[in-house]
Amino acid sequence: MMTVLDKYLGGRQGTLGLLVLALLVLVVFPLVLDAFRLNMVGKYLTYAFVAVGLVLCWGYGGILSLGQGVFFGLGGYCMAMFLKLEASDPLSTKIQTTPGIPDFMDWNQITELPAMWQPFHSFGFTVAAVVGVPVVLAWVIGLALFKRRVGDVYFSIVTQAIALILTVLIVGQQGLTGGVNGITDLKTLLGWDIRTDQAKYLLYFANAGLLLGCIVLGKFILASKLGRLLLAMRDKEERVRFSGYDVSSFKVFVFCLAAAFSAIGGAMFTLQVGFMSPSFVGIVPSIEMVIFAAVGGRLSLLGAVYGTLLVNFGKTYFSESFPELWLYLMGGLFIVVVMYLPNGLAGVWAKHGPRLWAWRRARAAKAAALEVQP
Amino acid sequence: MNAKAVGFEMNKPVLAVEGLTVSFDGFKAVDNLNLYLDRNEVRVVIGPNGAGKTTVLDLICGKTRATAGSIRFKDQELTRLPEYKIVRAGVGRKFQNPSIYENLSVFENLEMSYPGGRKVLGALLFKRSAAVVQRVEQVAEEIFLAQWLHTEAGLLSHGQKQWLEIGMLLMQDPELLMLDEPVAGMSVNERAQTAELLGRISQNRSVLVIEHDMEFVKSIAHKVTVLHQGKVLAEGSMEAVQSNPKVIEVYLGH
Repeated sequence: MMTVLDKYLGGRQGTLGLLVLALLVLVVFPLVLDAFRLNMVGKYLTYAFVAVGLVLCWGYGGILSLGQGVFFGLGGYCMAMFLKLEASDPLSTKIQTTPGIPDFMDWNQITELPAMWQPFHSFGFTVAAVVGVPVVLAWVIGLALFKRRVGDVYFSIVTQAIALILTVLIVGQQGLTGGVNGITDLKTLLGWDIRTDQAKYLLYFANAGLLLGCIVLGKFILASKLGRLLLAMRDKEERVRFSGYDVSSFKVFVFCLAAAFSAIGGAMFTLQVGFMSPSFVGIVPSIEMVIFAAVGGRLSLLGAVYGTLLVNFGKTYFSESFPELWLYLMGGLFIVVVMYLPNGLAGVWAKHGPRLWAWRRARAAKAAALEVQP
Repeated sequence: MNAKAVGFEMNKPVLAVEGLTVSFDGFKAVDNLNLYLDRNEVRVVIGPNGAGKTTVLDLICGKTRATAGSIRFKDQELTRLPEYKIVRAGVGRKFQNPSIYENLSVFENLEMSYPGGRKVLGALLFKRSAAVVQRVEQVAEEIFLAQWLHTEAGLLSHGQKQWLEIGMLLMQDPELLMLDEPVAGMSVNERAQTAELLGRISQNRSVLVIEHDMEFVKSIAHKVTVLHQGKVLAEGSMEAVQSNPKVIEVYLGH
């Protein structure tokens, strides 16, 4: 049992770290936050899926994707399409010209549900599509670029272009996608009202559970030979290639994995927040998510979660108090992290955490010694 | 089992490079080169800077693609294969600067080159079995690093790093071993040890070495090929090559 823990969770410290995070998101937050704030934290945690994916793909794989919003958005849109169809039953849409289709289609003079939407009547298909569509796209992008040895900055630029293209496409195809407003007014999931406080609590826990699951999976991968290979590739790609490995297949794998994580986050976002729009797909959210991972520490799965939470708490606080300052602050934060804290908060913790413990332990020992003395 | 099958036809070269040409923007770095390598042979390629020595190794291992010509290794054409398949066919390559994973231990460096778990799923499920550990220890013994197994590779001396990279190739048990300046930066003692190592590991495989250090070349080479401007200038025993007037002119004129 102990060896299993050592191997897959990163030893005692890794397990402890995971337990602390689990305690925080599963116990502390639900106890101290009201339903509104908890829902907000739930929303932040959906971004953490993207940040955790970025730790694997960027931190360990060395692949900086500036288009993770694409996968977050696709996952979110797949879920939103299902929920929208459920919300658009003929009875509640009877005032429309064509009842039974989503309202925005009606506004765009569409009279029949487009073929692309048909399969989203099925929940099973939707769940498969939430992960499947983004992973297939990531696979195609990865195969096209990594096989041709497109890497580094060029890869980042291409992912950024894809984020832009997808945004333009979604905004342009208003009748199919709801355009710039996105898909809104989502009500029920398989007849279960997702807008009630009780549903929001349940969704929060489901979301937190899935996030912890992704982190454990990430830890398992990093502990395997594949994890060491990713690091080896990042530092000495040629050596790995000339040791008989098809480097591109490992890059494609980790890129697809990051896409799958992001997509799960996106779907959970739609469920908890009740809508999906192109503003979560484009360049700005994609770069924000990289900042979350960078602040938390691009080599730490747990750090990425803390980074996401902190930056978003900061964003909420500052944009409530000084809305026009936030963007500058965010930019400044990124510069500080890149220049002075290359491993983010996790790096700071790794450097000073043990000393803190040692100091406390020393103090406790001293106190105990004093007590023993008469 | 393959080794025996080839053993019956000793005359057939393991590696046959014919008409190999590569041009970079019209400049022919390697020009219509022919090179044959037998089993158990240690061949050293020498030549002045820019003669195309490293490019020849790059071409064989797939790092650079040939403009024309063929590279046949055990009846398999290598010019069109992706690099990892060339490695899996049995070609190992050591780079000029030691190319090792500095922040992994010597053990992990060697383990990384173990021919198992080379695909995504395989790597996920790869287990450090007794066979792996045994193989790593055996290779570490061969490359004089048995006591350093758990040292971080970045802390090794330059010469030890060179050995480690050779060890990483040995893990794959290649039939053709290509070494680009294996004794660069080594002390006299380390050079002697490396010569002994090469003599040992050339059993049952072919070794192609690029080297500048003539004393070292003398101590290991069965045959020497002199390259000049991408072409073979001379080939033969070390003595024959050294007394060849064309070779003397190229080296002295340089």
